[in-house]
Amino acid sequence: MNETSSILTWLILFPLLGAVAVALISPAARAMARLVTLGTGFACLAVNLVIWLRFDVREGGFQLIHQTAWIPSLGVEYHLGLDGIGLVMLGLTSFVMLMAMGASDDESSPAYYSFLLFLQGGLYGAFTALNFVHWFLFWELCLIPAYFLIKLYGGPNRSAAAMQFFVYTMVGSIALLVGYLGLYLATGTFDLTVLAQKGAAGEIVPSIKAALKGTFLDGGRAYTLIAFGVLLGFAVKVPLMPFHTWLPGTYGEAPTAVTMTLTGVMSKLGLYGLLRLFLPVFPDFIRNHLSLLLLLAAMTVVLGAASALAQRDLKRVFAFSSINHLGYCLLGIFAVAGLGSPEDRAAALCGVVYQMASHGITAAALFAFLVFLERRSGGLLGMGDFGGLRRLAPVFCGLMGVSLFASLGLPGLSGFIGEFLIFKGVFGIVPWAAVAALPGVLLTAVFILKMIQEIFHGPLNGRWSGMADLTVQERVLVLPATVLMILLGLFPGILLQMVNPTIVRVVDGLNLP
Amino acid sequence: MLAWTIILSFAGALGVLLVPKALVRWVALVVACAGLACGFFGAIEFGGGPVSMSIVDLPWIAPLGVRFALEADGIGVTLVLLTGIAAVVGVLFSWNIEKRLSEYFAFFLTLIGGVYGVFLSADLFLLFVFYEIAIVPKYFLIAIWGGTRKDYGAMKLVLYSFAGSALVLIGILAAFVAAGGSSFALIDLAQAEYSVEFQRWAFPLVFVGFAVLAGLWPFHTWAPTGHVAAPTPVSMLLAGVVMKLGAYGALKVALPLFPEGAIFWRDILAALAVTGIVYGGLVAMTQKDFKFVIGYSSVSHMGFVLLGVATLNETGLSGAVLQMFSHGILAGLLFGIVGRLVYDRTHTRNLDELKSLNLRVRMPFAAGAFTVAGMASMGMPGFSGFVAELHVLIGAWRSVPVHGIIAGIGVVIGVAYTMKAIQTVFFTDAGDTDPGVETSPTYAPFTVPERAGVWMLSLTSLLIGLYPRILLDWITPTFQTPLYEGLRKGAGW
Amino acid sequence: MDYGLIFLTLSPEFVLAVAAMAVMGLDLTVLKGTSRIYRMTAAAGVMAIGIFTAILLLQYYVKDASFPLGMLVQNPLNLLVKKVILFVALTIGLLATEVRFTRNVGEYYALLMLATIGMMLLVSTENLLLLFVALELTSLSLYVLAGYNERSRESAEAGMKYFLFGGMSAAFLLFGFSYLYGLGGTLDLGSLGLALSAHAADPLLSVALILVVIGFGFKLAAVPFHFWAPDTYQGAPIASTMLIGSASKVAGGYAFLKLLLIGFGAGGWSGSGETITGWAPLLALIAVLSMVFGNLAALAQTSVRRLLGYSAVAHAGYLLLGFFGSESDAYHSVVFYLTVYALTTVGAFGVIAAVQGKGRDLTLRDFAGFSRKSPEMALCLLVFILSLAGIPPLAGFAGKFYLFAAALKSDPGHMGMLAAVSIGVVMSAVSLYYYLQLLKQVFVADPIGPVLRVKAGFLGRSMILLLAFCVITLGCAPGIFLDLITGAVISVSR
Repeated sequence: MNETSSILTWLILFPLLGAVAVALISPAARAMARLVTLGTGFACLAVNLVIWLRFDVREGGFQLIHQTAWIPSLGVEYHLGLDGIGLVMLGLTSFVMLMAMGASDDESSPAYYSFLLFLQGGLYGAFTALNFVHWFLFWELCLIPAYFLIKLYGGPNRSAAAMQFFVYTMVGSIALLVGYLGLYLATGTFDLTVLAQKGAAGEIVPSIKAALKGTFLDGGRAYTLIAFGVLLGFAVKVPLMPFHTWLPGTYGEAPTAVTMTLTGVMSKLGLYGLLRLFLPVFPDFIRNHLSLLLLLAAMTVVLGAASALAQRDLKRVFAFSSINHLGYCLLGIFAVAGLGSPEDRAAALCGVVYQMASHGITAAALFAFLVFLERRSGGLLGMGDFGGLRRLAPVFCGLMGVSLFASLGLPGLSGFIGEFLIFKGVFGIVPWAAVAALPGVLLTAVFILKMIQEIFHGPLNGRWSGMADLTVQERVLVLPATVLMILLGLFPGILLQMVNPTIVRVVDGLNLP
Repeated sequence: MLAWTIILSFAGALGVLLVPKALVRWVALVVACAGLACGFFGAIEFGGGPVSMSIVDLPWIAPLGVRFALEADGIGVTLVLLTGIAAVVGVLFSWNIEKRLSEYFAFFLTLIGGVYGVFLSADLFLLFVFYEIAIVPKYFLIAIWGGTRKDYGAMKLVLYSFAGSALVLIGILAAFVAAGGSSFALIDLAQAEYSVEFQRWAFPLVFVGFAVLAGLWPFHTWAPTGHVAAPTPVSMLLAGVVMKLGAYGALKVALPLFPEGAIFWRDILAALAVTGIVYGGLVAMTQKDFKFVIGYSSVSHMGFVLLGVATLNETGLSGAVLQMFSHGILAGLLFGIVGRLVYDRTHTRNLDELKSLNLRVRMPFAAGAFTVAGMASMGMPGFSGFVAELHVLIGAWRSVPVHGIIAGIGVVIGVAYTMKAIQTVFFTDAGDTDPGVETSPTYAPFTVPERAGVWMLSLTSLLIGLYPRILLDWITPTFQTPLYEGLRKGAGW
Repeated sequence: MDYGLIFLTLSPEFVLAVAAMAVMGLDLTVLKGTSRIYRMTAAAGVMAIGIFTAILLLQYYVKDASFPLGMLVQNPLNLLVKKVILFVALTIGLLATEVRFTRNVGEYYALLMLATIGMMLLVSTENLLLLFVALELTSLSLYVLAGYNERSRESAEAGMKYFLFGGMSAAFLLFGFSYLYGLGGTLDLGSLGLALSAHAADPLLSVALILVVIGFGFKLAAVPFHFWAPDTYQGAPIASTMLIGSASKVAGGYAFLKLLLIGFGAGGWSGSGETITGWAPLLALIAVLSMVFGNLAALAQTSVRRLLGYSAVAHAGYLLLGFFGSESDAYHSVVFYLTVYALTTVGAFGVIAAVQGKGRDLTLRDFAGFSRKSPEMALCLLVFILSLAGIPPLAGFAGKFYLFAAALKSDPGHMGMLAAVSIGVVMSAVSLYYYLQLLKQVFVADPIGPVLRVKAGFLGRSMILLLAFCVITLGCAPGIFLDLITGAVISVSR
């Protein structure tokens, strides 16, 4: 069922048009801007549902393809397509962006909403692109609004944070771009599906060697450099330690609703990139450096959790917690290249996608709770600022508790399934890596329980005695996320049946020993 | 249709001298718009493909074999469109000129007419005539209506231009004589048999002569001073189209006539181009004057054009033309924002002073526009600059890989200085430190012509960035025309 | 000998001579005591009638003819050049009415016409002796014209300098002619050429050549015989300057070209077979020196007329480059260039005359703000100056381009010519600097003190506009005039 359809293009255009429309609204009409933005968000969700209905989940390959010549002189095509992974990512984007819009301050200006919608358009584009050039276009398109959202609407140190964010991701992007340019010069194509085929067939290394014959870079070294450049771009975005240093500051300074999108979907963009642009194209590179990469991933897991433990600011705690959770995904992705059975590989990758979705929802929900807390505390988010909130705001604490436990990986909630699958898969392929990452799970439990302890229990801080529980609006905002966490935790099949055929195909396609 | 672009502009130049002062602006605008429309419909009439469309071909100076021959090909059409857009926006940005209005637009439209003429000439003599016609008005436009050190800037610019055209003239004469002295038609000259030695010394003459106007390092120094001295709309035009004249000459005359020479000098030219890219970028980073930042950025971006030309392969050459278009649009936009939107209101171009003015809040339109322009200029995907530089870099990698890599570093420098400018001027939070901002006077609101100009340029860049085929389908086949046959053979593609 | 034919052939010159007498006669008799404007207008009117008649005669009456010993040769090319000279003289005569500097109106106009007759003879003879006589007729009239303003010390100096240098160079020329005659045994240029080929290697021939070049170098104001030019251009009454700078150049340049092409052979590179001796290296040297020195010296000038004087030196250099072309190319380029240059020079001086009146010498600074006072005259000045600078689409560019092309075409393989042309091209880029200095004052600078006012009446203005029109037309469509030359050259080529 390889039908051609322009619906994906429309999905991308929708928020972009919305962004332009919102940008043209007078700064005075803030309610209007918010309304239009939410309307666009819902409309996107609706389109997304249509896409889901038209998508044949049993077929693992790309569907709803939109392909047309774009820059013929470079052989670049406009090539959109969707597979199971992309479908999950689109859904996640629609969902999290809508939450972020809802969680945004009522007083936000049209420009703010416009940036959010631009970001959404960029994300849709990046999750559906099958050609590097416009994939990169959308990848960069995400960077710009994110930069301005931080720069213009963030906390006291926003300028420095925004700059740091920009510089890190830009360096990563350029490395990525250079890497892919190198790849293009060697192979003559920017098409991701073609590159994946070449990667699987082992043609990449010979073609790079051929392209560089007689220059100072011999083929092997150039291949490593190119792959490393590409990896760097994603490693910064996800992040993979030690390229994570921009993250806590950025997450901390960004407006909390923006942080939702940063951690909820932007970080997934990095992982998605690894799955789509790195793993299939450079399996040899991963295999050659497997131990190192797995070590870094395990380090990300463990140190992320350990750092979270040491933080006092809630936003920073969650920032490091995000690093920790995404570390599992990195672990899963890298481990796939090791020697193992297809089942283990598939399990690991399914886990990765599951974890991406789960973490996206959970993290978005958690940051939404931080938004609520912020509103009540007047911006204070220190761990020690609170205590005994359970009595004052039982609904708040209950719902946030669900999210926290989902994040912790409690069985029955979504987080568990993803981590379990990853560990299962990785253990079957590279046992030591799984073992090395295990302390991360423990530390996560520790810092989350500690947080619950400090905020919800203990003596009530007198300052907050008047704190109100969640309003109806706020409940509406987080309820879907909570429901999803439980649903996905109890019925993993919902998601897995979407992803599995694609994963099987990907694993087959990798053509690994 | 295309010939009307030239005729209308010159007629307009005469016309503005004759109509009452109240009508001058409108006449100029109508002429510029009509020129753009003629260019547009002419481009459609041309339709693309590896051919050139003859527009006019009349005998002119029989004893020298000079013909009044105009022809459209893909490159010419692209640049005619650019000129049309730049002319319209230039007139819009000239709306507030009061001093010696009629003369201003007379010079302005003469310049435009000359530029159109260059892009459409099929006869080398005619091309040179138009080329020179375009140079003289620049002097007056800068010297009369200019700002900072206008005498110096104007004279320097014109003398550099004429020094360049002197070199070109020598080369043209030599080629004419060597080809038998019976025709000045570009195609005849391109198909003549020149000895390799001749090509080796004639090529650098013609190439450098033209490239002076394109800001080739180390002959670029006229560009920043000239741009800074010129009144805003003229800087827009200078960077927007006049610098393109030089690059066009190098591409359309030097390469087809002397392919062997081009191949011989390729590495050195590429090295100069790359030096321009890196040097322009680094100097832009250190500038304190906002307009100088843009001025040097032009040098850097034109370096990509020249690098594209020096690659001598189809991808790089297409990229060069695309970059010409892209830079024409973006440099116009940047100069427009810096000179008109910002400087005319704040009366300072010093980055440190602008920093404290909290411009983001006080002129959000300018901030937004400059951000978009800056992003586009630094090669953000989705805008024209990215596609163009991508072509150039890929082309460069295929023929001069080391230069290509250094040019890639130039891109990073470009990101750095552009970000720095955006950050410093528009996004420094002066509001936090300077409580007096709230009470400071508000700036005059942006006028309709200004807004129209900014939108027109930004949307063009976006359009080309998103769908470069509009231009590339014209540009690329041009290199399959007989004019480039020698180059194709020589460079082996 | 057919005296009727002589009369017929010389009828234009004769008419002009009658007009000259008439001007003098009228001025001394009928118009005596009337106001000067009236006398000038009348004199100019008579001159105009005379010149018109002469032009009509040239056009419709005078036939091609050749008299023994090349005494008088009337061919289409000569006729064309004569018409150019007459036209230029006419514009000068009419423009001169605007400049009221002398009471001796009749004599002045008579001298103008006598000089013109001399030039016409210079153009139409191919005999050494008559060449010299015609040259002297021209020169003597011009000496007087240069020093004509009896109340001006500068004018006296101009006349004196012009006379001293002119007299000396005439002596050199005569000496050179005598050598040529001694070597060739004939005065006729055509047979002289044949005769001299027997003496190709004779050092005396080189001496003769040098002497001849000195003689004509003076006429053209080429370096190093240019010393009179700046002072004369600056000091002489402005109408005299116009004549010296335009028509006299046309006649002298054309005569010199004919002397070299017919007497010494085209091309002029020694050892190239048909040529007798290498006049080319010597001429190339002079050309290069003129271009370099004239342009560099002009850079430093503040007086507008001195500036144009040095620019004339430079233009003599460009002109000489055209001499190297093949016979056809040389005629084409030199005649075209001379015409264009004459029109442009008269125009430029015309504008200066129109604002100067009889006032003091004008500096560049005096022109500040000129364009705002009289935009159309400023525009005309722009046209003339840019044409001198060689900016397309003005006639000066086409002319210069043809000169360079002709020179290069003469021997494609010869790097020497390329070097000379390159110097010419580069020097014209340099020249732009000083031309722009003038235009900068006119268009850019704000006035300091009173702005120059155009004092010229309708006649002067319309002459200037006409000249500007010619310069533009000849630039945009040089074919119009070049076709005339082509037609003439074809019939001359042997």
